Amino acid sequence: MKAFKAMFVTELKLSLRGMDMVIFALCMPVVVMVILGIIYGDQLAFEGASYTFLEQSFGAVAAIAIAAGGVMGLPLVIADYRQKKILKRFKVTPTRPSLILAVQLLNYALYALGSLSLIYGVAFFFFDYHMAGSLIQFLGAYVLVMLSLFSIGLLVGGVAKDMKSASVLASLLYFPMLIFSGATLPYEVMPVALQKVADFMPLTHGIKLLKETALGLPIESVGTSILILVVLGGVCSFVAVRWFKWE
Amino acid sequence: MEKTIKVQHLSKSYSGKKVVDDISFTVGRGEVFGLLGANGAGKSTTIECILGTKQQDAGEVSILDMHPSTHRKQLFEKVGVQFQESNYQDKLKVEELCKVTQALYKTSMDYLELLNKFGLGDKKSQLISALSGGEKQRLFIVLALIPDPEVVFLDELTTGLDSRARRDVWMCLSELKAKGLTILLTSHFMDEVEVLCDQICILKKGQMVFKGTVAEAISSSPHARLEDAYLWYTDEEVLENESI
Repeated sequence: MKAFKAMFVTELKLSLRGMDMVIFALCMPVVVMVILGIIYGDQLAFEGASYTFLEQSFGAVAAIAIAAGGVMGLPLVIADYRQKKILKRFKVTPTRPSLILAVQLLNYALYALGSLSLIYGVAFFFFDYHMAGSLIQFLGAYVLVMLSLFSIGLLVGGVAKDMKSASVLASLLYFPMLIFSGATLPYEVMPVALQKVADFMPLTHGIKLLKETALGLPIESVGTSILILVVLGGVCSFVAVRWFKWE
Repeated sequence: MEKTIKVQHLSKSYSGKKVVDDISFTVGRGEVFGLLGANGAGKSTTIECILGTKQQDAGEVSILDMHPSTHRKQLFEKVGVQFQESNYQDKLKVEELCKVTQALYKTSMDYLELLNKFGLGDKKSQLISALSGGEKQRLFIVLALIPDPEVVFLDELTTGLDSRARRDVWMCLSELKAKGLTILLTSHFMDEVEVLCDQICILKKGQMVFKGTVAEAISSSPHARLEDAYLWYTDEEVLENESI
């Protein structure tokens, strides 16, 4: 516990010093939320809708930080620490290298939750946003999306040959997902063909689930998305744990 | 004398090529043992097999009568290690690394005291990357000492340092030796080995070509200096050149 706490404090400090997560997980979602609020105001999502466009987008914006941490931050930090032999160093101490991975997971989870609180605050105070769905259910969905996306990051970081290939893979996953899964560019405004492509991305399903729960719509309609997230999380975690390269 | 490190018939191959071939030695408590040899002679692999970060193909190793993998948690409370490559995060400060390292162990020395002792007291809030080569190496000694170890492993501690910095590191090591610490080190510098090591072992292509004291290494070679003797053990060509 002593080791975990000390490592957590240090790693958090390092990531704040690095600024990447501050920009991509904390600032960017807030900016997107403000832009959406300014453009769409209290416009309805579509004609006859019972909710506004902004309410519909909340779940999507909330997913930006999860993607930044899980698919970008996590693979890079794992590959970096392996290449620098930091993971190996822990093998010749009484702790295990997996401890620092746990620290990283917690670190990125906190960024995601911090980002969620920030965008909720911005939406609430500036655009009169209220979550129609149950907050508990939304948080449950949020955790599921987080676990699923983080497991992808764990897999990429764990098996990537080196820092360079981890960074290429992370970029290939992160940027398309950020733009085309509906996290920044709303899924609803995409042409149908693009939506079909987006449906291949795990984050798209995460966002569908977050939207339904935020809007308080029947969760059964996104059963497939839940299933995809659970299976993906399970498979990626298994492969990552089984074939993780410590050095 | 009580044996702190025991290595018996250690062998290790990488894709069919033997890099460590039937090596045996013991290190007594309080001894400084030098593992010598050219790059690729198998020094680092030997150390890694002893530490359990690599699995040997054959042979037995123990430190403080414990097996490095099965008693890992218990053993590494008492063993300090410095690997060849530096391993710390970017943008990490000296004191932060010390703090985290200290938190890994049940009992530990006061890192501030150690930093002061090794002349790094005024560097504690600096980035590690901003330290000079000698300062970094002294920091790595501090890190290896934080657990208040009985044994330390130092892999090429002085490679890449200038003479001044090398001397500073020697001073530190001599002090540790005087304190009764068991040290296993690898080095390329024979002057350093002569000053520090009680026992040496010379490796050539994974095989042990000499084991004994520095004086023995010199007397059983046709040379008067350890450097020449070392080259004689590791490379026959030198001998041929000299006999011309």
